[in-house]
Amino acid sequence: MSPEVKPDFLISPEGLRVDGRRPDELRPIELKVGVLKQANGSASIRQGKTYIIAGVYGPRELHPRHLTLNDRAYLRVTYRMATFSVPDRKRPAPSRREKEISMVIANALKPALFLEEYPKAVVDVHIIVIQADGGTRCAAINAASLALADAGIPMKSLVPAVAVGKADGTLLVDLGDEEDKYGQGDVPMAILPQTGEITLLQQDGFFTREELLEAMQMGINSCNYLHELQKDALKRVYVRNPEDGEDTFDDDLEADLGESEIMEDE
Amino acid sequence: MAVYFQKREVVVPGQLLAEGRYRPSFGTYDEGGKIYSSLMGLAELKGNTVKVVALDGVYIPKEGDLVIGIIKLVAGNNWKVDIGGPYGASLHANNALRRPYSDDISEYMDMGDVISAEVSAFDRQSGPFLSMKGRGLEVLEGGMVLEVSPAKIPRIIGRRGSMINMINDHLRIDSVVGQNGRIWIKTSDVEKLRLAIKAFRMVEAQAHTSNLTDRINKMLAEEVAKLNSSEPSEEPSAEVETVDEEEFIEADTVSEPEISEAPESEPKSEAEPEVEVVEIEEPVEEESKPEASTDVEIESEDKSEKEEVNE
Repeated sequence: MSPEVKPDFLISPEGLRVDGRRPDELRPIELKVGVLKQANGSASIRQGKTYIIAGVYGPRELHPRHLTLNDRAYLRVTYRMATFSVPDRKRPAPSRREKEISMVIANALKPALFLEEYPKAVVDVHIIVIQADGGTRCAAINAASLALADAGIPMKSLVPAVAVGKADGTLLVDLGDEEDKYGQGDVPMAILPQTGEITLLQQDGFFTREELLEAMQMGINSCNYLHELQKDALKRVYVRNPEDGEDTFDDDLEADLGESEIMEDE
Repeated sequence: MAVYFQKREVVVPGQLLAEGRYRPSFGTYDEGGKIYSSLMGLAELKGNTVKVVALDGVYIPKEGDLVIGIIKLVAGNNWKVDIGGPYGASLHANNALRRPYSDDISEYMDMGDVISAEVSAFDRQSGPFLSMKGRGLEVLEGGMVLEVSPAKIPRIIGRRGSMINMINDHLRIDSVVGQNGRIWIKTSDVEKLRLAIKAFRMVEAQAHTSNLTDRINKMLAEEVAKLNSSEPSEEPSAEVETVDEEEFIEADTVSEPEISEAPESEPKSEAEPEVEVVEIEEPVEEESKPEASTDVEIESEDKSEKEEVNE
């Protein structure tokens, strides 16, 4: 990879961004559910050049035991970047940044989950950034919430997330790597679309009060769009042709009609 | 006062299902008088109760469940048993052995043994306890354990055991189906074992599709015929009950009379009306003792069915 150079401008004279997007336009997003066979639930997201895989394991027995919560399940999120995910090799040891982002993602997802249904257990969410191109924490939240739904963890709603930033004085949705590095600020946010609750809101750089409010509004609009993409991705897993033979299903994600289970609840 | 989903529609978490005087049930939650889905699954309306049937998930023990466990530890007069899922179970010797028993209970069951047991108690405070006092609850010897998703077990059993009985009848195998997603299979014939695994995997993979019993029946009939060309497959295709998926759901909601049909009837075509319930009453217990444990399963299902009718 050639050494990075700061682009001459982040916003072209025509008002477009370095990759030709409009300020309120997201990068192309591709969501896939059920990408891992071993995990109870999994999802991947491609957002521009960012590529992230999330796997959910559990609810399962919690080790080490002293972390046990008696009234609900423990949500353990591990966000890691692959050594080859960035231009300079990332050292494989967990960095301070990764630990913080793990916590931030856990806090963004927790309000959406009904963890009290599994006391003493743990839900593990493992997130690996295969390729980083800006906006990884938000992309990670998008993928992780899909993986949680795929694993059958009860939840209030899916959690869409997006970063809004500022470059050359213009507010931009879904920052790419260069806009992130050379721009003037970054506001990652995640919402619960149903109630409009904000579960993640961070900021770096400088924003005036008006700018921040506008940025949040742009973020909420984009999140609502992302939520639709998430719902589609989830439903797509099950809409297949039931008539094609026995060996066409290559994963463990198929449906069921519970009979005895449900009747107990009534 | 409205319902916002089609029958058996795939719903996602957070999807609005109904508002007004509907009752939230499994897989749903109520917020401000509106009922939302909390799972990805198939939405169902039963009376005025809204529920979502999960498509995936781990095993959460329930009292009365038949489970297949693997003994992990012998601790004094307790066995620690792995029953899958987040919660490890324990089985006290008093609930498994007839007294007097020896001080060293590993004489009876030791680490690695596979057992069928019943969940006798489970709540949020203390964790599942098992019992082996009951018909067909025993150490399972000489078979293999197949793991499937626990969410698919009801489909593998089928309505009143129709699916599992059909598979057993075709292949003449001994099997025990635990609610925790484990199936114990015993047969002396490797080919039949392979077929059984194929059948169970097929049910697991296509559990959300309809007419599954028919398709499994057909597949098994063909394969068995291939396997044993001297014994044609006429009897299996005739003897097996055909229960459609839609009926499977509907049939347990109502006390509607079940129409018995002669065993000679051919499997119904796809176009058969939804309301009709086809249940061929036929004696299924012809196998020896391991079959009895499948019976326990079926009985418990029947029980819950009755409860519902009484409501």
